[in-house]
Amino acid sequence: MVIKSEDVRFFEEIRLSGSGGQGLITAGIILAKSAVYKGIRVTQTQSYGPESRGGASRADVIMSDTEFFYPEATSFDILLCLTQEACDKYAPNLKEDGILIVDSTLVKNISMINNKIYELPFTNIAHEKLGSILPTNIISLSFLVRKTDIICEKSLKKAIKTTMKARHIDMNLKAMKIGFKLADEYNSED
Amino acid sequence: MTKKNKEKEMVLLQGNQAIAYGALAAGVNFFAGYPITPSTEIAEILSLELPKRGGSFIQMEDEIASISAIIGGSLAGAKTMTATSGPGFSLMQEGIGFARMTETPCVVVNVMRAGPSTGLPTNPSQGDIMQSRWGTHGDSPAIVLYPNSVKESFELTIRAVNLAEKYRTCVVLLSDEVLGHMREAVMLPDLDDVNIVKRIKPNVPPEWYKHYKNNPKYRTPVANFGEGYRFHVTGLAHDELGFPTNKSEEVDEMMDRLDNKIKHHVDDLIQIESFMMDDATTAILAVGITSRAAKAAVLMARKLGKRVGLIRPLTIWPFPNDIIRKYFSEVKTIIVAELNQGQLYLVIKRIMAYKKKRRIVPLLRNDGELITPQQILDVILEGK
Repeated sequence: MVIKSEDVRFFEEIRLSGSGGQGLITAGIILAKSAVYKGIRVTQTQSYGPESRGGASRADVIMSDTEFFYPEATSFDILLCLTQEACDKYAPNLKEDGILIVDSTLVKNISMINNKIYELPFTNIAHEKLGSILPTNIISLSFLVRKTDIICEKSLKKAIKTTMKARHIDMNLKAMKIGFKLADEYNSED
Repeated sequence: MTKKNKEKEMVLLQGNQAIAYGALAAGVNFFAGYPITPSTEIAEILSLELPKRGGSFIQMEDEIASISAIIGGSLAGAKTMTATSGPGFSLMQEGIGFARMTETPCVVVNVMRAGPSTGLPTNPSQGDIMQSRWGTHGDSPAIVLYPNSVKESFELTIRAVNLAEKYRTCVVLLSDEVLGHMREAVMLPDLDDVNIVKRIKPNVPPEWYKHYKNNPKYRTPVANFGEGYRFHVTGLAHDELGFPTNKSEEVDEMMDRLDNKIKHHVDDLIQIESFMMDDATTAILAVGITSRAAKAAVLMARKLGKRVGLIRPLTIWPFPNDIIRKYFSEVKTIIVAELNQGQLYLVIKRIMAYKKKRRIVPLLRNDGELITPQQILDVILEGK
């Protein structure tokens, strides 16, 4: 339903989806903040249940170089799915040239779509390399950023530093580097 | 963008954050509340920020106590606010009536979630459009504002505080779950540039002071408790000194004042946005978050060559009847889009009743999700 007038050079609808507790809304805030640092027009919305963990959760980030109005993503340029449920629900709404990134730790089946798909076990990687599944959000977000080039690394780094609590910054910057490295290595496999 | 602004940084702000910062910018120095999703961030931020600035934050035992506390705070001279959502807003109705009756300035923020009862705490709704007008018993006018962006949440909070002071009443600021939790890049103005309405102090000796003096300008000088002026505050019908009365002429005068101070200043109170209405044959009426979908739908329809426009009141109450009649005088179809069972739809049907040949189509959604631009576009296309 995108309104792309001729002068719009840049309009990206991004959805980060999974379940409550996976840090998707935090990731959405970091992504939106990074865009603000670059002077990009951005709106970030979210949907979650009343429980603090479990239940479907998602964060939408819309970026554009011109004014836009509707604050939720309806068809996606970039879709990140950290659960099977999210993938089943949202993958059909990818744009034709939209990119799907899934956490293969939890997403086992991807319905037939003709989109570019990146599959990596982000949750397992977080557990193995950082001893915690908490930074899964930052690893997958950093992977997304590097692969799509949607914002620069400097802005992402700054956004992580200003969003996370002081005691979590180091681990999340490590997670960012892991995400970037995964993206670079994924590239060489292509 | 001016040069001065360019040097200022854009910040990513949440709707609720913007309301909290708007309150601080407007000079709110006392907040009493009972946190409730999806309004909690407002209380959370003010609990941190008010003490830093010499203000006070108090978490009360419930919403009735919260509104009572802000009325008391206001009578003592503070600029006061509380924030809640549907279930708490229901409990505050009694206090809202008391604030209107006692002409005590205060602001109640209601970040709407889906109801009835506890409903869907984390989903949006526009179910309190009518409650914000008629929720309290008796009959008195209301001032209710409803923004549609983070930037406007900041601006209308300041306006709500100012209007409360100016008109000596409880002003309601509506928001909703999506708007309250949405983040957008905004540039906040310098605090020096914010226009703040101050109370006019009485210049008569204390023994001549009348707290409820009828003033043709409706801006009566007001003393605060503790300043040496004596006045009585009661929810009972009262005379100019505030003492209970049941003399019909005094009651009549009081009720007229409550009514006229709003009715005679509709021009000052009304804010309305019209979007692509010049040649429109179909008009959408939407407020708050739904107006964002409507605006997107207008652009989609225009690309298909349809003459569609949008009318969005920022002041919901008093409802801009006359202005809307003018805008809608030439259109053939009016689509009223809202997240409830048809509250503004009834208003539009009533004010447009004098024109018989006019299609008025409700587009309602009650499942806790937003109306999408596509849904509105579908209704626009059906109508042709």
